[in-house]
Amino acid sequence: MAGLLPRKWDITDIGLEEGAKGLSPDKIRTVIKKVLNGEGLARIKAYVDTCIHCGLCSVACHHYLSNDCEPRFAPVGKIKNTLWEMIKNDGRVSPEFIKQAAEIAYTECNLCKRCSMYCPFGIDMAWMLSVVRRICHLCGVVPQYLQDTANSHSVTMNQMWVKQDEWIDTLQWQEEEAQGEIPSLRIPLDKEGADIMYSVIGPEPKFRAQLIYSAAVLFNVAGLNWTMPSFDGWDNSDMAMYSGDWEVMGRVKKAHFEAAMKLKVKKIVMGECGHAFRSVYDVGNRWLGWKMHPIPIIHAVQFYYELLRDGKIKIVRKIKEPVTLHDPCNIMRGRGLMDCARYVVKAICEDFREMYPNREHNYCCCAGGGVINCGPPWKKKRVESNKVKAEQMAATGAKIVITPCHNCHSGIEDIIHYYKLPMKNVFIIDLLMQCIEIPEELRA
Amino acid sequence: MYDLVRGPLLWVSFIVFIGGSIVRLAYLAYLAKKKDHTVLTYANFKFGLRSIFHWLVPFGSTNMRLRPVFTIVSFLFHIGLIFTPIFLLAHNILWYQSWRISWWTIPDWLADIMTVVVILAGVYLFVRRRVCKEVRYVSSASDYILLTIAVGPFLTGFLAYHQWLPYKAMLTLHILCGEIMLMAIPFTRLDHMLFFWLTRFYMGSEFGGVRHVKDW
Ligand code: HEM
Ligand code: SF4
Ligand code: SF4
Ligand code: SF4
Repeated sequence: MAGLLPRKWDITDIGLEEGAKGLSPDKIRTVIKKVLNGEGLARIKAYVDTCIHCGLCSVACHHYLSNDCEPRFAPVGKIKNTLWEMIKNDGRVSPEFIKQAAEIAYTECNLCKRCSMYCPFGIDMAWMLSVVRRICHLCGVVPQYLQDTANSHSVTMNQMWVKQDEWIDTLQWQEEEAQGEIPSLRIPLDKEGADIMYSVIGPEPKFRAQLIYSAAVLFNVAGLNWTMPSFDGWDNSDMAMYSGDWEVMGRVKKAHFEAAMKLKVKKIVMGECGHAFRSVYDVGNRWLGWKMHPIPIIHAVQFYYELLRDGKIKIVRKIKEPVTLHDPCNIMRGRGLMDCARYVVKAICEDFREMYPNREHNYCCCAGGGVINCGPPWKKKRVESNKVKAEQMAATGAKIVITPCHNCHSGIEDIIHYYKLPMKNVFIIDLLMQCIEIPEELRA
Repeated sequence: MYDLVRGPLLWVSFIVFIGGSIVRLAYLAYLAKKKDHTVLTYANFKFGLRSIFHWLVPFGSTNMRLRPVFTIVSFLFHIGLIFTPIFLLAHNILWYQSWRISWWTIPDWLADIMTVVVILAGVYLFVRRRVCKEVRYVSSASDYILLTIAVGPFLTGFLAYHQWLPYKAMLTLHILCGEIMLMAIPFTRLDHMLFFWLTRFYMGSEFGGVRHVKDW
């Protein structure tokens, strides 16, 4: 049987502890065999057989770079300590091993795919670690906080246990607030045949309702025909994708697409969230059998870009302080929105400074891939495992860092606090609100 | 012994190499069709080939530029590994004798240099595997054996050519090493020679076609 590693952080997660208690070697073996012989077999075989053990992928990973280049945090090191062992032992591994594999797959990899750009063979280690997560999920060994979000998705179709009346209430509350600024402003609910359905992630109504206010202002100023659903499907996020519960992921994605179809809109515009975009663009749609998303969907960054390009909104003020931009993997490496983002940022900021490396080569924030959703027990580890990000941000000398992704936003905020960086972080829309013109006739 | 390695074993090794490679590739294609629709669905010639191109050109990728010494060694190693045996004059004569085919040859002095380069590069790769923590961590006996299998024919060929050791014995050993290398390709991680094209093509397709970004 596979041996265990010494632990670097002594963290207990009840989800892993209790889950492992219910496991027997037989059950583990059945799960592993089922997953590894299932969908994706060709890639697993080709990847494991092709990897020449050259270690060239190491430098890609912020976990490796931030942990004094300890080999176990290198992408291939993590594959060795999970998948290789499972294959070598033909699925005969202990519950303790599964617990350790879960810790690696859920908290030491953000599935950011940077390593695939550094491996000469283009081996997809992020995908392999998501297969490991699938195994852990089927074994019932998932960090508790992450599992809770998946449970919430399953029960309520949103990530944060938001009830329908709370959801509607929040929208109306934000509508009223925004009417203080623009009296005629509406957040149209369930408007059939609108051009755009705007969808957000569960945490927005829960913790960041202000963002819904801002989006409403933007839609109203641009004079767009838009709507938000009052019913299930309003949440575009998907933590089940990251916990390995792909069945629930599929249900959640379906509800989201179907909400748009029920409302007969032309397209969906999503808020500033990276993983939610990945779930509709790359992962969830595939699980449902769609090559791409079944209805046009654009991310907020592209939406802002189009509004500015088409002159739908006007910039009347610019941010004077030095600003830098964190490129969220899921919309940059995942969708190539680097230039759209820079177009917008340069339009509203006088002093824009790049971080290096940037664009599709940017380091991940270390919050994504569900890692931040593993919750408080893992926070210190998560922040310490992204020292390189702190150094990268500090080197810009910027006072503001833009993080157009919810997970990045929270993750970068933690990094700023932990490393005491003299900067604050914002969403693009926070800056847009300070810079756009609100026409007099709307203010009335 | 010499007759054995020069005769039947040579045939066996070519058949195993070519047949084995075809079987491996065909089986993978079958698996992809049966169990991995993703791969075929997103395959895209333009982006797949674009990615392969960038990773075949020296310094064509970010990671190659990050570690210039390794990149140069790795390219010299592979160029020597693949081109020396194909274009060596002595091999060409053998091919001509056996099958009446021949093509360009490289002068012996160049072949000699390339051989030495392969051996030295092999030493470098060996030392790197021992010394670099991240490489050593994922290395096992098989990695050293594969390296030996790759360098073996060059070392023995070099010794045979310069006749520092008994010629006939060395030559026999050289041919045997070459045969082992050929036969090992389809059935060990040396199969990266076959699969490189496929894994790179697929990742290039995903990055170019779906993600709209570079993967180098
Ligand atoms: C066109 C065919 C081939 C391609 C594209 C290819 C590509 C690669 C790549 C990308 C690596 C990773 C590390 C590096 O860059 O050196 C590698 C390593 C290696 N290759 Fe190849 N290769 C090919 C053919 C071969 C052949 C024919 C052999 C020997 C029979 C071979 C033996 C090796 C060995 C031993 C290593 C490991 C080096 C180490 O220990 O780090 N390769 N190859
Ligand atoms: S965190 Fe990113 S770079 Fe590191 S192993 Fe995971 S996918 Fe690769
Ligand atoms: S770079 Fe690719 S081939 Fe090399 S060790 Fe990493 S995954 Fe394996
Ligand atoms: S949270 Fe942001 S940076 Fe981090 S993985 Fe997601 S998109 Fe990437």
